[in-house]
Amino acid sequence: MNSDHYVINDTKNFDFQVNRRSLVDQSILDLEMEKIFDKCWIYVGHESEVKTVGDFKTRNVCGRPVILCRDMNSNIRVYLNACRHRAAVVCRESEGNTRSFFCFYHGWSYNINGELDGVPGKASYPPSFDPSKLGLAEPAHVDSYKGFIFLTFNQNASSLVDYLAGATEYIDLIVDQSPSGKMEVIKGTQEYDIKANWKLLVENSFDDYHLITTHSTWLNYMKRSGVEIKKPEKGHLMPSHGIGKVLGNGHAVIDNVNFRGRPVAKWIPLYGESSKLEIEKIREELTNRLGSERSQRVAETNRNLVIFPNLVLNDGSAVTIRTFHPVRPDLMNVTAWALGPIEESEVARAVRLDSFLTFYGPGGFATPDDVEALESVQKGMATFKEVPWSVMSRGMSKDGEQLNTDELHLRAFWIRWKELMFNQIDL
Amino acid sequence: MKKIENYNRSNLENFIYHEADLLDQWKLDEWLELLDDNFIYQIPSNDSLDTTHRKSLFLVADDSNRIKERVHRLKDKNAHAEFPHSRTRRIITNVLVREVNKIDEKIIINLHANFITYRFKRGGDIRTYVGSYQYVITEFDENYKIMQKKVILDAYELGTMGLISFIL
Repeated sequence: MNSDHYVINDTKNFDFQVNRRSLVDQSILDLEMEKIFDKCWIYVGHESEVKTVGDFKTRNVCGRPVILCRDMNSNIRVYLNACRHRAAVVCRESEGNTRSFFCFYHGWSYNINGELDGVPGKASYPPSFDPSKLGLAEPAHVDSYKGFIFLTFNQNASSLVDYLAGATEYIDLIVDQSPSGKMEVIKGTQEYDIKANWKLLVENSFDDYHLITTHSTWLNYMKRSGVEIKKPEKGHLMPSHGIGKVLGNGHAVIDNVNFRGRPVAKWIPLYGESSKLEIEKIREELTNRLGSERSQRVAETNRNLVIFPNLVLNDGSAVTIRTFHPVRPDLMNVTAWALGPIEESEVARAVRLDSFLTFYGPGGFATPDDVEALESVQKGMATFKEVPWSVMSRGMSKDGEQLNTDELHLRAFWIRWKELMFNQIDL
Repeated sequence: MKKIENYNRSNLENFIYHEADLLDQWKLDEWLELLDDNFIYQIPSNDSLDTTHRKSLFLVADDSNRIKERVHRLKDKNAHAEFPHSRTRRIITNVLVREVNKIDEKIIINLHANFITYRFKRGGDIRTYVGSYQYVITEFDENYKIMQKKVILDAYELGTMGLISFIL
């Protein structure tokens, strides 16, 4: 298989195209699981989700059932949720607090450090049977950056912080919203399946080119609520200035001047008069702590960050953690959470959650239209034999700054995808 | 406040069947007229049933203004997820009057009903939404208004339902 059959990147002639087969073909998905999902660092959860010893959440990560757990020594652990005896899952609840994981099939049990500490009828096993080698299996590496926990199944993976590369700058901008530097995942999980290829959600998550037409009803709603939507400057499409930026290792971001309000901390009428003072107070704390320049950056820009391959941090109308896993070439499971500063007041928290719902989620004013767009793309993909290529060259012939409505950041994802899929680099 | 026993539920049933019918027919402006000025419409995520929308991320948490904006959006053909409109059919059963109180001249009724809603979309799967409605309905001058419509979805994995882009 020739990599140029999938991604054309001709910088001399400003030509960038993606072959649509990459979005429909099961053999491509199989290869992605092996070359991308089994090799990269993949988001599992946030430290705040397992606060105390014995807390656990069960998740599906890269098709594997896993348990995210706080062990006896208060360390974060990720276990493969499969009994070492016959592989039945040892934890069937979605969350809770426990002292052990018990496999009901034959009664093997594990403590929260993952050690096998109960085997019924152990005497019948031969002398070579060694329970100390039969603890719950773990991914090759688990690490976290500022509360965000990742795993990798790749024994030879570089460190997480090296992997994240320039993305750390943008995670730091999120974490800076908390006076103590501690953010928490807020209770309440949104889940929605999209009948589309997972890479389409990568593109969509930081593609501002679609905002004006796909989300015109959301923009109208903003306008009607009293938000000022400026006419775009000449040659621009968006009501405010924004750029696309490449962060290394396939990560990229759009970094926009905010017009849509931010819980930390830019008030808009939609938040209600009663919260105005509160948001001003948050802004004041921010300025005192970070200085005027950085606080302005935190409060008055919003950013959609894609961490390769499948984590999106939308630091916009609220902070959204969104991750998604492919099930079939034309189906993905999406999970999303809201993130907020741990010291947030009740009023500010309510504003954040309300602001989240104006745009995001399966019942939001914008996300449903994104989902519709992606499913519509996937339907059109059935024509891939007749029309094999999608053009992705916006901004390519420009020197200097790339806009959020250009496609530099989308190309960064696809370039990395190509490198990993076709062994041009080895992780 | 005075508790009322043995409240007759048949008029109430007619009322919520009428409501369901308006929604099935996408007569959204007429539906809005059934709502109290302090109306709230909420769909909690299924891991936050024990808390409020101010503390926990819901799927939908509309106040009386937001619901009007939601209707405004749904009537716009640029609400792409619902254009063309999906066809829906709401089956409502197991109507239970939980509690009835009289405050001044107003009667406030807590009503439970089970629902199965099917959603058909051109070129899309048939989606099935199953759960219960927790209504708060007021009666004043023999006139009903909905103060609260809270939708509890039963699915463990909400993902399979995809979007909740229409009004449940």
